[in-house]
Amino acid sequence: MTGRPLPKSLDDTPALGRWISLAEPGRVIIASGKVELGQGITTALAQIAAEALELRLARVTLAEVDTDRAPNEGFTAGSQSVEVSGAALRLAAAQARAALIAVAAVRLGADAARLGCDDGAVLLDGAPSGLDFWGLAADVDWGQPVADAAGLRPASAYRVVGQSVPRADLVQKRIGGGFIHDIDLPGMAHVRVVRQPFRMARLERVDSDRLARRHPGVRALGKADFLALVSDDEYAVHAAHAEADRFVRWQEVPGRWQPAKAPEGMVAAIGAEPAPATCTSTIAVRYARAHIAHASIGPSCALAQYEAGRLTVWTHSQGVFALRAQIARCLGLDVAAVRVVHAHGAGCYGHNGADDAALDAAIVACALPGRPVRVLWSREDELSRGPLGAAMSAEISAGVDAAGRVAAWAMHVTSAPHAQRPGMGGYANLSSAEAMDGAHLPREVADLPEAAGGGASRNARAIYDFAQEVRVAIDTRSRIRTSSLRSLGAHLNVFAIESAMDELAELAGADPLDFRLRHLSDPRCRRVLAEAAEMSGWAGAQATGEGVAKGLAVARYKGKGAWLAAVAEVTVEADVRLQRLWLAVDAGLLINPEGARSQIEGGAIQAASWSLKEAVSVENDRIAAFGWGSYPILRFSEVPEIETRFIESPGAAPLGAGEAAQGPVAAAIGNAVARALGARVRDLPLTRAQILRAVAGG
Amino acid sequence: MTASVCFHLNGLAVSLDADGDTPLLFVLRNRLGLKAARFGCGNEECGACLVEIDRRARFACTTPIAALAGAQVTTAEGLPDHPIGAALLAAFAQEHAGQCGYCLSGILMAAFVLLRANPTPDRASIIAALDGNLCRCGAHGGILRAVERAVASLAEAAP
Repeated sequence: MTGRPLPKSLDDTPALGRWISLAEPGRVIIASGKVELGQGITTALAQIAAEALELRLARVTLAEVDTDRAPNEGFTAGSQSVEVSGAALRLAAAQARAALIAVAAVRLGADAARLGCDDGAVLLDGAPSGLDFWGLAADVDWGQPVADAAGLRPASAYRVVGQSVPRADLVQKRIGGGFIHDIDLPGMAHVRVVRQPFRMARLERVDSDRLARRHPGVRALGKADFLALVSDDEYAVHAAHAEADRFVRWQEVPGRWQPAKAPEGMVAAIGAEPAPATCTSTIAVRYARAHIAHASIGPSCALAQYEAGRLTVWTHSQGVFALRAQIARCLGLDVAAVRVVHAHGAGCYGHNGADDAALDAAIVACALPGRPVRVLWSREDELSRGPLGAAMSAEISAGVDAAGRVAAWAMHVTSAPHAQRPGMGGYANLSSAEAMDGAHLPREVADLPEAAGGGASRNARAIYDFAQEVRVAIDTRSRIRTSSLRSLGAHLNVFAIESAMDELAELAGADPLDFRLRHLSDPRCRRVLAEAAEMSGWAGAQATGEGVAKGLAVARYKGKGAWLAAVAEVTVEADVRLQRLWLAVDAGLLINPEGARSQIEGGAIQAASWSLKEAVSVENDRIAAFGWGSYPILRFSEVPEIETRFIESPGAAPLGAGEAAQGPVAAAIGNAVARALGARVRDLPLTRAQILRAVAGG
Repeated sequence: MTASVCFHLNGLAVSLDADGDTPLLFVLRNRLGLKAARFGCGNEECGACLVEIDRRARFACTTPIAALAGAQVTTAEGLPDHPIGAALLAAFAQEHAGQCGYCLSGILMAAFVLLRANPTPDRASIIAALDGNLCRCGAHGGILRAVERAVASLAEAAP
């Protein structure tokens, strides 16, 4: 016994048989409440279970997450899947192995210490005993609770964990199939939802005659301000939806939309009282980002069928249990009458339109009992009508003393909400719930608690040793829907902190690397910084205003996850071009090194795209639907060369890697641009227009 | 207008009756059950639906079925049966290319069309051929390495 607390998942779902099944000869089915988001979790969790059971990986399959069967592990979010579900599965698999060996010991009349196993075959004194796991499984008590058992194999013995095994799910996805979009239910109806152009818009009129004339075979199905188009033929309904403004009219009703009550101004973290009196020079600056779209390549999709009083919904949601509860509530069904099954969606980077699409499908399915229905969002709706990444600003007032050390630091963060997933704050938080019934409009919004890593406050506390005053406020005045996007507040907060550190280093006449190390006692943080500097040939203070430069930044995700230091090299002419990135990462034990690298580098490219190009344009507190033409993302011709190095920490626990790069990469680019330009751009994205503004202002 | 259209799809003759305006994408996915060409934007802006038509990369989301009479169409389902396609698939697996995979079939088709026309492209040509395809997961590096690996393996295999 290690005496550590069990992973929460095991407190919630203790029975061994809920995690591991050997019912099928030669195979092991493992269960998890965490879902595949394109991040490769299916493979990583199978590796963890295969390792503990000493099986070949090919024998282990992760069951689809189905509310009828799967353990409830909350949302798949916050880089927690390997840390939490992986830890639970590792213990469950180790206990299953021990239980199987114990049964074998009885059968063979031998001491368990003489037994071993190899790919499911039980060995006695190293030789085959004639028994295997599947022949023993019936005698195991699968109802026993998983405990923090002995029998965990040491990392030095690992054969499957730590290997870069290819993702099995991609074999099919390369040549067709594998996504929720590809599910065909016999006789299914194709559905497109005509979304409200802004929240609480009233559906004034649907010209059904015109719809019928122009699009025979397509019919409108409405419920208050919810409007769906339904057809047997997908192209017919797609074409009708594309010109919906010809036969649908919306109306603004003043006062119908009301802002939610914001939480009281929060103090996220406070150190000792800062001492501005001793500062010899100071900065008072404001950094900001606009709303950012999730911008998945595959639009949100869902299927549903209502039959014999039971509703089944297929979704690519991050939280099938929370979604089930809210679908039941919105449709007046018993939770037990709703089954939600996860199917793979296109890349998911946070709370996107997946849950909204699931309710869309559920509503239409209940209106067409017996008939399976399939909802697909348009590209424009996918970019503009799902929840967005929250616009934020961070004001930093800070100063350095005569010794060149930070003597004052106050950071005030203001942000749109980051935490409006289904059920959060007691509200449905689903687009069509509001359309069906205005009572679903949230009246109150909270932020994520610090224990969950915070939302707007995520990474608002700098990793440095100096005293800090940090305040965080949630601004709910906009009607734009926002929620969790990869790394939540960490992207802008780290951008702000690490930009300010460079600005202060300049005041202190210090090299940005030396200046950071001066205030940094965390040894693993120092190590990634030194590594990134070494990789990039960091050469101390560089000339500014030369049009080409390197910038550096570091953070520890959530203050308790992976450490990552980034160096960016940019050239600035009319536009910023990110040429190279060097990343040094300490994510503890790596389950699948190539998978971790893919997560880090993918996150880095996405962060670069956000920081260089992306801002959702808001006018009049409304968003006009837009496509890729007006929301460009980084292309093949624009991505940098990336070199990533993982720092091994023997015996360290695995840490999620998917979000660690977002803040440091943004800040490294910002610092490189400031140096190349000789002027600081504090508003993201770093577009030509923002640069001109900063240069004119500077 | 419903019309009868005949074309070749992954080497097999296909004949079907359809409204001639229907984009190939919906015919592939809903009539023929071929799911590799994917809906991404419906507007030629992302490349998720890319197929090869008469040796050129085409957007299935906007190509009307009536325009296909007599055409040779290849989708990603047909890649394993072609030496260049097979080399690309192997290289993508070996390089762990892609993350969520939604964009991959379109990107594979863009690379396939390129390598059919130019078996020895340099990196700049590969980037140019793939630049109309969007990837949101940031898997670009592995994808470029995979195409380069396929080029190298095909060069080795050539007599």
